[in-house]
Amino acid sequence: MRKIEVELGVVTRANGSALVKFGDTVALAAVYGPAELHPAHLREYQTGILRCRYSLAPFSVEERKVPGFDRRSVELSKVIRVAIEPAIFLEEFPKAVVDVFVEILQADGSTRVTAINATNLALISAGIPMRDFVVACSVGKIDNCLVVDLNGIEDNFSQADINFAFMPNRNKITLFQGDGQLTKNEIKELISLAKKSCEKIYEVEKGVLSGKYSRQIS
Amino acid sequence: MEARKIVLPGEVVCERKGRKLGRGVYEVEEKILTKFLGVLKESEDEVDVIPLAGVYLPKIGDKVIGIIKGVEVSGWSVDINSPYTAFLPIGEGVEEYVDVGRVDLSRFYDVGDVIFCRVSNVTKSKMVQVSMKYLYTKKLLGGTIVKIFPSKVPRLIGKGGSMIDIIKKKTGTQIIPGENGLVWIKGENVSKVIEVISLIERESHIIGLTEKIGKMLGE
Repeated sequence: MRKIEVELGVVTRANGSALVKFGDTVALAAVYGPAELHPAHLREYQTGILRCRYSLAPFSVEERKVPGFDRRSVELSKVIRVAIEPAIFLEEFPKAVVDVFVEILQADGSTRVTAINATNLALISAGIPMRDFVVACSVGKIDNCLVVDLNGIEDNFSQADINFAFMPNRNKITLFQGDGQLTKNEIKELISLAKKSCEKIYEVEKGVLSGKYSRQIS
Repeated sequence: MEARKIVLPGEVVCERKGRKLGRGVYEVEEKILTKFLGVLKESEDEVDVIPLAGVYLPKIGDKVIGIIKGVEVSGWSVDINSPYTAFLPIGEGVEEYVDVGRVDLSRFYDVGDVIFCRVSNVTKSKMVQVSMKYLYTKKLLGGTIVKIFPSKVPRLIGKGGSMIDIIKKKTGTQIIPGENGLVWIKGENVSKVIEVISLIERESHIIGLTEKIGKMLGE
């Protein structure tokens, strides 16, 4: 696994924010809300809603990316939302909205799982009620060998890659998305491998969160 | 200095053992789990987690500071520093009979006015109503408003008002804390009070903070 670095409270104007680095992949997430939702016709009267916006910065990849929303970012915004949603007590704030903005500052594979980790930490530091952490990592198969945390090149030449998000305390999977060719046994093995790596990431994130707030105390 | 324990979402705090579930916790299979990044408060009959951040969600009975946002046909809409706008009906805002057809409601409260009011009703779909019909409710004239995290307001007030009494006495200012995180300050030493309030907000989890503040203001 690549080196993980986490920084909290990088966007001071936001209710909560986090910067997560998985090697050369850097994701910045900022959370605003819960706030009043406009336009009013989007409001849900039984529950609050979560809106995610994933965007790849023009300078984040080798060849300049056209800035703005495209088909890929629409898909990834949804992927992040469905991976995070099961963990939030959205029913506690009906008619309101929680806005999440994720910006990939540097892309070197596994951007969506890095984004999920950053979003999770930003939500927690914004004081949003959560059932559990959502920890994500990518797993895959290269040269018939099962691997964890794929970088850009590995991602491009892999036989299979799977994005995996997981609630460690509740032992529930919130995202399992991927492509490639795998046998049933390989999938089973990859799930247990992903769970193990998620536990490691969880320990790092936990350490950063409690470390930051304990430092505030002393 | 001793500090309280910090917990993270999803963490199993303890077994329930018939205790009451307080704020910021939920139950799964007889175990109590936390919802927030916060400070744990555990006693024999209740388990509470006080969040370190978050917005204000109104509850009936809260004493809040509101800012009039709009004058409407039958009352006023009030910004209470929350995702939900509150409504102050004429009947709850004014003692006398008001003929809506003849009287301009901005005579009583106009846009931008600051009020100290009580949350009198919150429906399931979060329609919030506030009232001015209590002894302590009033219109606040002049002064400065400071915003802090709503979860830190009880700390600012202190046990039985001990903390806020010290600040009021030592600085000679008027302070009204709203449970929604808005604090109204009026007097000569406003900047000193703001300094103290931000210190309390930053170090709210320290045990023995009241004495520290007392010493700081005593100098």
